Amino acid sequence: MIVLLGVAVVILGFALKQNPLLVVAVAGIVTGLLGGLSPLEVIAAFGDGFASSRSVTIFVITLPVIGLLERYGLQQQARNLIGKLTGLTTGRFLTLYLFIRQVTAALGLTNIGGPAQSVRPLVAPMAEGAAERRYGTLPERAREKVRSYSASADTVGVFFGEDIFIAIGSILLITGFVNTTYGTHLEPLSLALWAIPTAICAFVIHGYRMVSLDRWLARELDAAIAKRETAQ
Amino acid sequence: MIKSEWFYWLIGAIFLIMAVQMLRDRTNPKRYGTAAFWGLLGVGFIYGTWVVQDKAPPEPLGVAVLVMAVLGGFKLTGKGVRNTTTPAERDASARRLGNRLFIPALTIPVVAVLCATVLKGQSLGGEPILEEGSETILGLGFGAIVALVIGMIILRERRVVTPINEGRSLLEAMGWAMLLPQMLATLGSLFSTAGVGEQVGRITESVLPSGQTYVAVAVYCIGMAVFTFVMGNAFAAFPVMTAAIGWPVLIQGAGGDPHVVLAVGMLAGFCGTLTTPMAANFNIVPATLLELKDQYGPIKAQIPTAIPLLACNIVIMAVFAF
Repeated sequence: MIVLLGVAVVILGFALKQNPLLVVAVAGIVTGLLGGLSPLEVIAAFGDGFASSRSVTIFVITLPVIGLLERYGLQQQARNLIGKLTGLTTGRFLTLYLFIRQVTAALGLTNIGGPAQSVRPLVAPMAEGAAERRYGTLPERAREKVRSYSASADTVGVFFGEDIFIAIGSILLITGFVNTTYGTHLEPLSLALWAIPTAICAFVIHGYRMVSLDRWLARELDAAIAKRETAQ
Repeated sequence: MIKSEWFYWLIGAIFLIMAVQMLRDRTNPKRYGTAAFWGLLGVGFIYGTWVVQDKAPPEPLGVAVLVMAVLGGFKLTGKGVRNTTTPAERDASARRLGNRLFIPALTIPVVAVLCATVLKGQSLGGEPILEEGSETILGLGFGAIVALVIGMIILRERRVVTPINEGRSLLEAMGWAMLLPQMLATLGSLFSTAGVGEQVGRITESVLPSGQTYVAVAVYCIGMAVFTFVMGNAFAAFPVMTAAIGWPVLIQGAGGDPHVVLAVGMLAGFCGTLTTPMAANFNIVPATLLELKDQYGPIKAQIPTAIPLLACNIVIMAVFAF
């Protein structure tokens, strides 16, 4: 039971809004020591963990070109482009992106999107642009919400699309774990097929919420505009 | 053969170049701490190559990681004044360049996809061209480099230092959050070495009433989501919950179809991933990249989807597995 103290450290640390880096470092040290590792072994675990997880930081390699394009107006152009497509509201655009992200992830193309490659340079400015066409400059609360929803469309899309592709990590983990532990043989293809019902539910639920964002924007911003006009 | 480690060295080198720039940036009030943080990160990326091959001891890297955690955690890092174009200049440039601006941005995914599909499995002189299992990482790396070259040509930008400066500003804005995903991966491995998984499995078994299949389905799915919330990773939760409930109770005991139970169980875990700051690369990194005031903005946007979707997973498993 005592090893669960590390989990408690994490929950408490996040609840008290301490810096996540410190929370995780302390939780790791506590868990390692309670789990019977020597202090030197705990330090080695941090080194090993860092070295073997470098792939999650690989997106950094795209930042110089993204930064360069932003310098020359990529985000502005993304807004200009979406501004011309008058039928495309923020919610409809994000639903469309969610769909594209799910379908491409299901084909194994998980790297065509992501917070650095697509959300910051393209998706978020387009979602904002669609809202600005209708409401003018967005107040901070609305801007934060539109950006958060843009990030969520990317994440939900990739999570509930990738499992339909048979060679993805999670499917390989299932077959690898079950086949070695229980000496059975599972078909990756059947596992992938059973990811489809959830993928459809994810599209319906999250798509509905993206479209609801339009209604939220209308409520929030029409009221703000009306207030501004009566004040004048 | 082109190896993924080469790209880690390239990233390490980029971090080191940026660290030197940060050290000389007098507009940054915390330039020494900032340069130390990114310098250690750069060294760690390169040194890590020998750690994963067991050719170098992991302890020095562990010390470096903890130093970085202290630098980042106690706010000893900062950022300089960003030297870039004004919004007006960007508008003018966007009007001048138009949709040509999208060409480099779209080059990244196109090259990444080509590497993952066409080049994958190809060999030259008996050796695979791309290191096996690393095609997607290599694709992203190549995509970024090709896009940078095309971008510099289209934009007629001659100075190589410009993209480095712009990239550095983006990184400085993200700050310590950059290190969090890798710290969490370490925590996950420490949790499993210390036997946190077995404990959670034992607790789950003890609350489970016997003989009620549908209750067990709900406990398995909710357990996957909750344990993933704590660990930040469904992959860590899956073996524990499956060994505790999924295999013995649902598949062997109640005769459920293993494909449905396991595939949907994993997806129930993904619902937990949507809601947790522990999955920093999916939930916190986007918030910092989008320069949000509220770090939990993306999580707040995802929770109302995660909860009904978890309910859907329970229903799907209950209906189709038995």
